[in-house]
Amino acid sequence: MRRYFGFVKKEFLHIFRDFRTLIIIFGIPAAQILIFGYAVRTDIKNAGIAVLDLSRDEITKRLTGKILSSGFFRKTEDLYSYKDIDRVFKKGSTKAVIVFEEGFGRNLMREGEAGVNIIADGSEPNSATLVTNYLQAIVNSFNLELGRTGTASAALIVPEVKMLYNPNLESQFMFVPGVITLILILICALMTSVTITREKEFGTMEVLLVSPLKPIQIILGKVTPYFFLSVFNVIMILLLSWLVFGLPVKGSYVLLLAVSMLYILMALSAGILISTVSTTMQQAIFISLIGMMLPTVLLSGFIFPIENMPKIYNYLSAVMPPRYFIVIIKNIMIKGTGFGFVWKETLILLAMTVLFISLSLRKFKIRLQ
Amino acid sequence: MTGKSVISVKNLVKKFGNFTANDNLCFEVYEGEIFGFLGANGAGKTTALRILSGLLEPTSGEVTVAGYDVSKDSEKIKKNIGYMCQKFSLYDDLTVSENIVLYGGIYGLDNQSLRERKNKLLKQLRFEEYETRLIVDLPLGLKQKLAFSVAIIHNPRIVFLDEPTGGVDPVTRRQFWEMIWETASKGITIFVTTHYMDEAEYCDRVSIMSEGRIVAIDTPENLKKQYNAETIEQVFVRIARPLKN
Repeated sequence: MRRYFGFVKKEFLHIFRDFRTLIIIFGIPAAQILIFGYAVRTDIKNAGIAVLDLSRDEITKRLTGKILSSGFFRKTEDLYSYKDIDRVFKKGSTKAVIVFEEGFGRNLMREGEAGVNIIADGSEPNSATLVTNYLQAIVNSFNLELGRTGTASAALIVPEVKMLYNPNLESQFMFVPGVITLILILICALMTSVTITREKEFGTMEVLLVSPLKPIQIILGKVTPYFFLSVFNVIMILLLSWLVFGLPVKGSYVLLLAVSMLYILMALSAGILISTVSTTMQQAIFISLIGMMLPTVLLSGFIFPIENMPKIYNYLSAVMPPRYFIVIIKNIMIKGTGFGFVWKETLILLAMTVLFISLSLRKFKIRLQ
Repeated sequence: MTGKSVISVKNLVKKFGNFTANDNLCFEVYEGEIFGFLGANGAGKTTALRILSGLLEPTSGEVTVAGYDVSKDSEKIKKNIGYMCQKFSLYDDLTVSENIVLYGGIYGLDNQSLRERKNKLLKQLRFEEYETRLIVDLPLGLKQKLAFSVAIIHNPRIVFLDEPTGGVDPVTRRQFWEMIWETASKGITIFVTTHYMDEAEYCDRVSIMSEGRIVAIDTPENLKKQYNAETIEQVFVRIARPLKN
């Protein structure tokens, strides 16, 4: 035990003496939360729109006012002819142009129908889709209003869409679980595999292997500091996302932490496994990034929905541990469900952890090859 | 030879695929002697040393170290040996004191004796002023001396040194060998590989390896007599050359 504690102390010293390691462990999580929170938005705030109002009547003014007062849009410019549309898009700050046909209000009153054209900048497909969806929703609700107040003869029936759990489609709700998943993979798998291969590269591993330290003590000594730092990180990310973005954890904190610890164990054992197959730090970094980070970003359902992927990627994603962890923490954090709803995913994660630990223990070489 | 054997090697063979690194090695090392393991680069010295220290498994042959079989009892051997490898074996980002405490702890010293040995060691090396310095800031010679002291901090029966003086200046090398003599005088067996032939003269006995085999093994004096040479270097050249041609 004394041997083990001495070894753990040494690992902590390595971590706290190395500025770069500290940056990776504490700087990146904080930076990612802020970057994803502020920069990578999948919701809209103050998107620029231009208005080409060929009718200029009371109704178009009301509708324009409703759009601009929604908080999602701001007006960049008033246009006076179709020719201006191309020019205003090329300037870049305008995401969409709303075109009211000539005699819009008159048509609506007399025929119960009027045309409004929404033209979006298709060179940015994601934001174009979002902007048009938001605009359609606003126009629809305006329709309803008109119907209710009896201004127009026919009240249109518009289905009301409400986003469950994330009513405003706020992107933080999406990315906080994703960032936790990603950070844990980064710290656990990447850092442990690098620290073990570093000892191999520097020749200190030889000395450790010759010493009476047992392989299990070396492995545990290596992962213990990262385990605690990772748990600390989960708490830090949750705290940060609560303080900065007001994202609450709806479910049980205990359950969330317990499942996170299981996932951390899984990632740590994956890191050890990576270190047993790589001889240099570069190899370890490469395998961790390509083999663990990339699939976490692409295949776990963090950014791209798994349901929309071709079958083959669906199968690939099924063997990615992050996929299950994301489902679990989304359920706990956002829907507030209990263990009863995530036990299947937890069990899969547990099985993967056991598999990785037994594989890495078997592969960790007591002797050099 | 006096004393009992602490390392006994019989018909040791180590193959890496088709390549035979150690071809039928047989030798004994006796308690308290300085045994020099010489050979050109790639002759198989490091492989043999790694087998003796339990880092590699022999392909075949009987090898006992400190009375234990290397294939079966490597855990028991580990408690009885010290090891200093070719590459530098202390942690650069830890201080002198932290390195000593780390290795002392790994070898199971309790706090009391660890503190005593640390202070004694720092005094012996005149290292007191370096106690809280990071290893990375020390000159190579000092590092090597410290690495050796750390390798014997648990009073092992045998210490393995793999080219301990590589890249060190002559004065430091001399001081290093003084440390080795002092250690041997306490009864610790020294097993040292080197390719500095002048260092071979400092050993009690030397073996010379060439292409995976031991081609000569005796005291430096006997070898010089046998090959009618003035220095071990000449012996080495005479032995190693005919085999190549």
